[in-house]
Amino acid sequence: MTGRNLVTTAPNTWCPGCGNFSLQFALKSVLGELEQSGVSLDDVVLVTGIGCHAKMSDYLDVNSFYSIHGRTIPAAIGIKLANPRLKVICCAGDGDCYAEGLDHLIFAAKRNADITVIVHNNRVYGLTTGQYTPTSPLGFRGRSTPGGTTELPINPLELMLASGATFVARGYTKKMEQLRSLVTQGLLHRGFSFIDVLQICATYNNMTGYYNDRIYDLEDHDVSGFEHAFRKAREWDYNNDARIALGLFYQQEMPTYEDRIFARPPDNTDRRKRIDEILKEKM
Amino acid sequence: MCQGVVPLNDISVLIGGKAGDGINSAGLTIAHLFNYLGYRVYMYFDYPSLIKGGHNFAIVRASEHKTGAHRETADFLLALNNDAITLHTGMMRPDTEIIYDSGNATKGTGTAVAVTDILARENALPIMGNSAIIGAFAKAAGIQWDVIEDVFSRHLLKETGKNLAVARKAYDVAHTKRVVPVIGREPLPVITGNEAIGLGLINGGMDAYISYPMTPTSNLLHFLAEQAPHLPLTVVHPENEIGVIIMALGFAYAGKKAAVGTSGGGFCLMTEGLSFAGQSEIPVVIVLGQRTGPSTGLPTYTGQSDLHFVLHAGQGEFPRLIVAPGDAEESYEWSSLAVQLAWKYQVPAIILGDKTLNEGTYSFDRNELEGYHIDPGIPGEEPITGDGYLRYRVTGSGVSPLAVPGTPGTVVKVTSYTHNEEGISTEDAVISMIMAEKRNKKAAGLLEEINRLEAVRTYGNRTSPVALLAWGSNKGVACEVAGMLGLRVIQPVVLSPFPLRQMKEALSGVKRLISVEDNIEGQLGILLATHGIRVDDQVLKYDGRPFPVGELREKVMEVLK
Repeated sequence: MTGRNLVTTAPNTWCPGCGNFSLQFALKSVLGELEQSGVSLDDVVLVTGIGCHAKMSDYLDVNSFYSIHGRTIPAAIGIKLANPRLKVICCAGDGDCYAEGLDHLIFAAKRNADITVIVHNNRVYGLTTGQYTPTSPLGFRGRSTPGGTTELPINPLELMLASGATFVARGYTKKMEQLRSLVTQGLLHRGFSFIDVLQICATYNNMTGYYNDRIYDLEDHDVSGFEHAFRKAREWDYNNDARIALGLFYQQEMPTYEDRIFARPPDNTDRRKRIDEILKEKM
Repeated sequence: MCQGVVPLNDISVLIGGKAGDGINSAGLTIAHLFNYLGYRVYMYFDYPSLIKGGHNFAIVRASEHKTGAHRETADFLLALNNDAITLHTGMMRPDTEIIYDSGNATKGTGTAVAVTDILARENALPIMGNSAIIGAFAKAAGIQWDVIEDVFSRHLLKETGKNLAVARKAYDVAHTKRVVPVIGREPLPVITGNEAIGLGLINGGMDAYISYPMTPTSNLLHFLAEQAPHLPLTVVHPENEIGVIIMALGFAYAGKKAAVGTSGGGFCLMTEGLSFAGQSEIPVVIVLGQRTGPSTGLPTYTGQSDLHFVLHAGQGEFPRLIVAPGDAEESYEWSSLAVQLAWKYQVPAIILGDKTLNEGTYSFDRNELEGYHIDPGIPGEEPITGDGYLRYRVTGSGVSPLAVPGTPGTVVKVTSYTHNEEGISTEDAVISMIMAEKRNKKAAGLLEEINRLEAVRTYGNRTSPVALLAWGSNKGVACEVAGMLGLRVIQPVVLSPFPLRQMKEALSGVKRLISVEDNIEGQLGILLATHGIRVDDQVLKYDGRPFPVGELREKVMEVLK
């Protein structure tokens, strides 16, 4: 399928100014480029969780697996193992991926599964109308924490580096060129690609000004140095008011999960014959 | 199996020792000795939830007829330690032959085997003490030496020579006490319920098995993991049961038939995925081996208390197939059917086992298979792919043509939300209603299909006005008791969609219905009541142990008094 319009007829219900529009645009243009480079979009699968981000499944006219809250990654890994030819992109939320489904995220990194995870990190639950998430800063006043949260945020980049991710990046919805480049690089990376995207929630957590004052691009940064990447990832802890680095923090070529999983005998292997053999062994 | 007759040439052997002594494999070796003599065998293995120490025992039952239950007394008691004698005095009759390790057990009468001396003389490992006891037993039972040689060479692959030498030493000094007659039939495969389920899943077309270890289905994971290199099968052990079921749905979406295995606790975690499977119409097969609950309960003991859990698990309403096989042949056949029917109707299928069935060992007779054939397609509903493909096309059967991602020119959208035919979320009232009806319609087709199979089975005296109602592993013991008392047995193999017509036919002429279940609420009885069928009496057991034949016989006789 070529040159198709990547947008479905589903009416878009994101709030005006929502950061999801930027990610949708980035994905659309990256997929368009991918198609031009010869990759069939028939072989692309988008997996989303539950939350505002997840509507991407309804809005993009590609194969999609609109999962349940927190459960993008196991589905993505299953899809990839079932058909390694498919390119599998997970769009997950921060509540989705860092709270409800954190275990899966760590295991995907640990396995170096060949999937790309884009976290729409707006640091607030939007669809459930404004509660804190694992990356909300200490003291965040949400509807479940009117007096402010009493816990520190997690730093997803640090966590992913520690868990063995082989591609760790951070983007920002107000920096489109860089975002597109990171998504493209993530898709081309063989192995587990993780991109935390600082995303504006226009309604519940508009941090545009805050981010604009602190962001800078990683330059002259050696992406193969783990220690260096780790230090850079810890510069801003999602709580202090330090400078916020954007770009590719770390990249490493490693065998993927799919490479290491035992290669299946061909699908035309005679099952009946093997069953007979097993039963004979049990005699 | 399950002719409903009193078995002939019926021998029970109990072997006991501490965990780590290899009691399970010793029991299996004994089962094979009988198998080679032409007997049909069954083995119950009882063990606590620990790795070393504690008391383990296996009861091997050998009989001319197929059997799926153990007896309350032993003809031979093989003791690797003192506990194996003192904890089983209730199973001894005056004529029970006791064979014991004289270094670890102090019995006084019976056949003493100087295991420590034999092992020292043969320079053998302590685990080989089993072989000494088995050698002495074989002699006591009058089994010819060449049978032991055959069985050891085929089934004791590690250090066969040394094990045979150890067995021979004990064989030579022991005396023949009671000759076990040779039946003279060809041996059959001897497999566990788990293995029968695994082979059935493979036969049904399973491409992937995904599981997090949990008794009593861990051995199914181990078995399939060992078989995977020789089959078009991927076996994955993920981070938890939530990951397990979602990964299975990922496989299925991408075109590979996936099954998962667990017990009640793991299934709790899978229920969100089960409901998702119902909504998204992604097929999946779930093997659930029940154990004694609630919660962690008795992890290594049996139970049938999850029937209503599986009938209703998951939010919302969606059709599901639930089958409860009662022996190895049914496990094989219905696991294969579960895969085929789950994919044909795009519904979740649950194979509801129990510890007795999953970890029980059975003679497997292929001649007893029904050889069901399921036509995989629904006529007139072949997939139409390409532009305009609708994953949730509304059809007469409710089943939409299934395409997978990677199909040229075809966009395949699945979702956990209420959706339109394209697979795009909607909150439209009319579409919501149509889609609920579409999903619901599949149950009717599934039931029609089930009704072409023997979904409710009867055994024993089919004209008796008194019937025992049993499900799952209780099939075996119920059949045997029915054989003794001249009763009918009714066994529903399919529990959802409920085969009411077949159940009513099976009940024809029944004046008194006695249910036999391993739970305290009488869950099958409750299910029948919702269909207007009353159970007259209940014989319930909820101590984690399966019914021995004699115990059930007494309980049924009490009811009939």
